[in-house]
Amino acid sequence: MGNNSLGFRKFKDSLFKALVVIFALVTTLPLIFILFYILKQGFSAINWHFLVSLPKPVGESGGGIANALVGTFLIVIVASILAIPVGIGAGIYLSEYKDSRLADWARSGLEVLNGTPSIVLGIMAYLLVVAPVKHFSAFSGSVALAFMMLPVIIRTTEETLKLMPETLKEAALALGTPYYRVILKVILPSGASGIITGIMLSVARIAGETAPLLFTAFGNQFMNYNIFKPTDSLPLLIFNYATSPYDNSHQLAWGASLILVFVILILNIFSKLAVKKWKVQF
Amino acid sequence: MESTVLRTEDFNAFYGDHQVLKKINIKIPRNRIIAIMGPSGCGKTTFIRCMNRIHELTPDAHTGGKIFLDNENINDISPILLRRRVGMVFQRPNPFPTMSIYDNVIAGYKLNGIKLKREERDAIVEEALKGASLWEEVKDTLYNKGTFLSGGQQQRLCISRAIAMKPEVLLLDEPTSALDPISSSKIEDLIYELKEKYTIIIVTHNMQQAARISDKTAFFYLGELKEYGDTKQMFTNPKNEKTQSYITGRFS
Repeated sequence: MGNNSLGFRKFKDSLFKALVVIFALVTTLPLIFILFYILKQGFSAINWHFLVSLPKPVGESGGGIANALVGTFLIVIVASILAIPVGIGAGIYLSEYKDSRLADWARSGLEVLNGTPSIVLGIMAYLLVVAPVKHFSAFSGSVALAFMMLPVIIRTTEETLKLMPETLKEAALALGTPYYRVILKVILPSGASGIITGIMLSVARIAGETAPLLFTAFGNQFMNYNIFKPTDSLPLLIFNYATSPYDNSHQLAWGASLILVFVILILNIFSKLAVKKWKVQF
Repeated sequence: MESTVLRTEDFNAFYGDHQVLKKINIKIPRNRIIAIMGPSGCGKTTFIRCMNRIHELTPDAHTGGKIFLDNENINDISPILLRRRVGMVFQRPNPFPTMSIYDNVIAGYKLNGIKLKREERDAIVEEALKGASLWEEVKDTLYNKGTFLSGGQQQRLCISRAIAMKPEVLLLDEPTSALDPISSSKIEDLIYELKEKYTIIIVTHNMQQAARISDKTAFFYLGELKEYGDTKQMFTNPKNEKTQSYITGRFS
């Protein structure tokens, strides 16, 4: 006992602190490494021409990713249109009827859906949408991605609405407001920041998904604005080009990766800002 | 003879198996201030929450017996219409956080989808804010968020939101318990003025407050209405033993 053991305890203390600091640093290393490497490889590929032109035939140099940019945009927008109303609606149900049996089932179902490998969701969308009409389409890809968005949107909506004080709902009800208007006009707007954050995070989650699109959106060398035709997307393009043997294709894949990573980074930053900007003060 | 606006007949209220109100019979006269007093858990808040049928929204809550508003059983009135006639102000100020001061006052109309002309709306907002003695303080900042006001101002905003609907009865659930003494006394003055137009039922923990502002006082104890009468008489010469010991501070 005495000074010696106190010194030893202090040493253990600082050792522990040092360890957790190191672990925290380690978690940021992959991101720094990815950003650095992709910037280094991809930056030189990016120019105006790269963004607005179509891929060149195999073997020719140059070309761009315009079709994949448009395709990703289309697929994500359609997926959002499918997932957002359903997600918010289900989130409202889960927070309003938290103890119902259906809510319990829905929550367990969502956990499973959240853990389902994305390629399985792609197969599901293939069976549901592609197989009956016998051709690939952006729409089927959107369906697969909407399945992935749902758990995120539903959970954030539910958690946000659960935090709304009961007095807020009572204030609206006490004015003789019908229940559905209380939810739509008072509760939802008050939870907007949380819900918007959830939507942005879910978009960030799906924007880079490749597996669910492999046998749904399929990919397309040409520009396509029709959501019922096969469509290219950034992750698909990266997957196809990175596995091809041509240097020019590799270059395009690096450029596309850089753009994809930045889009996702920006979505994440915006969702943080949205929390601050639309934060409701009670 | 004073006319009765609200009347209960053997009214009971429950949370699950637990009976919170037992056989309440009370007549509320028009344009008076009625204070509801009693120790914590005696059912006073439940009582006024039954008057606008907010009580029944709590899971497992149910009621027995009858409440009449102008001789009409409130269970026969749609809760939506009932709550426009019986306004409520809560313990903690709860303005709508996404709305401006102006929108908060007009919220009862907006949320109910009642279309009004711009001038009508302006007139209602001005009248309601004046009615709640808030107009002078906020007339230049009507489009700021209601939640930026002080606690006392927020509570007066909630009162103007309630009176904008021109209710017959105003239920106040400990409206000053979350406020500082100065804001509280402002609200008390306001309540006193409001009885010209409305019948006011106020739940209060504060005996001085009940004595100062109310015409009649009801004393609740363990879910029963122990005594109900003129405030002066009740505070000087209570008939019930329990009332007496509560007023003299022997329990709380």
